[in-house]
Amino acid sequence: VCIHRVRSCSSIRFIKSKYVCVFDKSALKFSHQQRLFRTSAVSCGQIVQFKLSDIGEGITEVTVKEWYIKEGDSVSQFDSICEVQSDKASVTITSRYDGIIRKLHYSIDDIAFVGKPLVDIEIDASKGVASEEDVVETPPMSHDEHTHQEIKGHKTLATPAVRRLAMENNIKLSEVVGTGKDNRILKEDILNYLAKQTGAILPPSPKAEIVPAQQKTEAVPAAPKDKACKIPVPVSRPIAFSGKDKTEPVIGFQKAMVKTMSAALKIPHFGYSDEIDLTQLVQLREELKPLAEIRGVKLSFMPFFIKAASLGLLQYPILNASLDENCQNVTYKASHNIGVAMDTEQGLIVPNVKNVQVCSVFDIAVELNRLQSLGSAGQLGTSDLTGGTFTLSNIGTIGGTYAKAVILPPEVAIGALGKIQVLPRFNGKGEVFKAQIMNVSWSADHRIIDGATMARFSNLWKSYLENPASMLLDLK
Amino acid sequence: MVLLSLKNCLWLSCVLRTPKACFWSTANGGLIIQSVSNDVYQNLAVEDWIHDHMDLEKQQVLFLWRNSPAVVIGRHQNPWQECNLRLLRQKNIKLARRRSGGGTVYHDLGNINLTFFTTRKKYERMENLKLVVKALKALRPQLDVHVTDRYDILLDRQYKISGTAAKLGRTSAYHHCTLLCNADKFVLSSVLKSPYEGLKSNATPSVPASVKNLFEEDPSLTSEMLLDAIAKEYAVRHQIDHHITLINPADETLLPGISNKTKELQTWEWVYGKTPKFSISTCLNMAYKDSVLDVKVNMDVKHGRIEVCNIDLPEQWLPPGLYSELVKNLTGSKFCPNETTTLVTTLLRVCPQDNELHSRWSLLCENMIRLM
Repeated sequence: VCIHRVRSCSSIRFIKSKYVCVFDKSALKFSHQQRLFRTSAVSCGQIVQFKLSDIGEGITEVTVKEWYIKEGDSVSQFDSICEVQSDKASVTITSRYDGIIRKLHYSIDDIAFVGKPLVDIEIDASKGVASEEDVVETPPMSHDEHTHQEIKGHKTLATPAVRRLAMENNIKLSEVVGTGKDNRILKEDILNYLAKQTGAILPPSPKAEIVPAQQKTEAVPAAPKDKACKIPVPVSRPIAFSGKDKTEPVIGFQKAMVKTMSAALKIPHFGYSDEIDLTQLVQLREELKPLAEIRGVKLSFMPFFIKAASLGLLQYPILNASLDENCQNVTYKASHNIGVAMDTEQGLIVPNVKNVQVCSVFDIAVELNRLQSLGSAGQLGTSDLTGGTFTLSNIGTIGGTYAKAVILPPEVAIGALGKIQVLPRFNGKGEVFKAQIMNVSWSADHRIIDGATMARFSNLWKSYLENPASMLLDLK
Repeated sequence: MVLLSLKNCLWLSCVLRTPKACFWSTANGGLIIQSVSNDVYQNLAVEDWIHDHMDLEKQQVLFLWRNSPAVVIGRHQNPWQECNLRLLRQKNIKLARRRSGGGTVYHDLGNINLTFFTTRKKYERMENLKLVVKALKALRPQLDVHVTDRYDILLDRQYKISGTAAKLGRTSAYHHCTLLCNADKFVLSSVLKSPYEGLKSNATPSVPASVKNLFEEDPSLTSEMLLDAIAKEYAVRHQIDHHITLINPADETLLPGISNKTKELQTWEWVYGKTPKFSISTCLNMAYKDSVLDVKVNMDVKHGRIEVCNIDLPEQWLPPGLYSELVKNLTGSKFCPNETTTLVTTLLRVCPQDNELHSRWSLLCENMIRLM
């Protein structure tokens, strides 16, 4: 099958392999409709009324449901124009012409009639001659459709596929010698014409994006004949980048984040970082993971980090406080509602675990599981997302070591946890051992929190995690 | 499977839509394929792929597929109007928007889907449905099934067992229909009932109907038997082998570009964003402390986003600045509970820290979210 296909396409392949599909498609396109032809000269900027063609099954009217274009847009042949619906069938109407949309005859939800104008298109004659066709409901015809073109008084026979190939290559059909029946122009004729122009079998120049530079080595543009003797050497051409800037409005959740982060900017932040040796905690978690699994819960490191933070907040409650708008009062929050930053499709959301001060590590793990599954399903409730008093952001799961986290108002502190790395460290005996190291970066509101407080809180938190057994002493 | 690899070549030549007949198609006028996937998005993507890439001139295609629980709305429908989105989210039932017209249906593994692909000129729904009825009667002659002029198939003259929809493109077309074999009717009726009030829209409405499973009529029937019977009838009609080729909708080599099509069908912009413009005019009954507040809400939703939002709150119930901040942020935002939840909770961070204010805000927002 594959070889068969290559053979059939070989004559075309090396010249315009890119366009094989295009004109084959167009050959199929016209096979199912017959048209009556009006022959007339097409002048520049002529408005053509594109009529709604037969839908089938005897349908005479449809409802316009969606426009894909608007007045002033330029369309190419085969571009989608609109979507109409008739009795459970949704139909995509495509353009028959290249040109500019000048008028839409219907609005959304209007009834459109088969055979009546749908849109007015201004055809650009300089792009090549477009055929004007009236569509009539007649029985389908076979493959070999042809259109008449009248150019300067000559009628030229060519199939739409051939016409398109000529248009793509800026060839005037009047200049091509037709070798088919009735001097019909066949695709071989176009290809021969092209071959004569370029003088060699060339790979196709890609459309649009690459703008060929002028041949700087020749003072006078060479006539086609001269080029025919040489095999062209690829010249480095500046590639015109046709990517466009895309502007989108800031709306919805993003807009709310802008407001919140702008408010956060008003908080004077200071940072404090440290390194935590989690070797013992890693071991502990390995032991506890299967136990948690038996209870149906996934145990990560976060429950330990969260509980240790809460124990620390008991000693340094100012980190769990809130400063009012006018900086007149500090409110020490009783509940430790510790937020956990989560990365979702929407962006950053921070659900919180309520009342960590009375939760066990396992309780926290259960709650985290619940929040995580709701978060990924996009079903977190307002109560899950409000009332936070302190936040931890485990950015290390994505990567990174140190971070400068932004405090989420109305809170006064936040911790960013880097990834756990296996690094060499010295033990008490001066020996090098394999340590599981994680970096933490704290940010705090310098208006009410000083560096020493942050440092002491961090040291306490660090000691709980480096020596998990010590947590047992202070667990409530 | 030898036949499968030959068909891979078939796919490749069909992809390029060469007008030359493949050796396959000179012998055959049809192809029967079945999806190995039960993912509604993947299966809808296969339909798109065949519609866009296959040359149906020489051979038509019958595509057989089944989905795990999903609600499928028509191209121009409004999901809020058609189904209970809250229940869907709770029960993890997927929501998909297909490209064909028509009404809303519930799919599960007890429902089979048939898609008849033809060229645009050979598009003929009645013939396809008659083929299905013929297959059913051949399988169980005693079944009282017939096709209505609305392109439904009725059992015992009263119960709908199949609904139809179609998509017509430039050169090709497809007609697909469902067939209820043993679907969960209880879930079906509860998810297809919309709890949302005050919706005004020009979206295509569904026509509710009493449904019945073929299994209820004859417990010996299974989905597999029905698929097979229909494939057999199709094979006879098109004079081809009664052979069903299995395809994997995740196979990018076989179906180049399919993963992009699958992704597009899952985007919010397609599923919700393609909802025709609609408006909501309703009243929130908010119980606050020892009174009940009637709050009128009017919203216009376009492309699934809130275009206009008016909430008629008692004066000073919320500080005016806060109210306008809420409306300003809701405008342009997705008409989506998750988006709104994250939006309002984020905004709350910059509100004055007042418990009374917070509880009012939360009450209002929660009621607004319930509309979505």
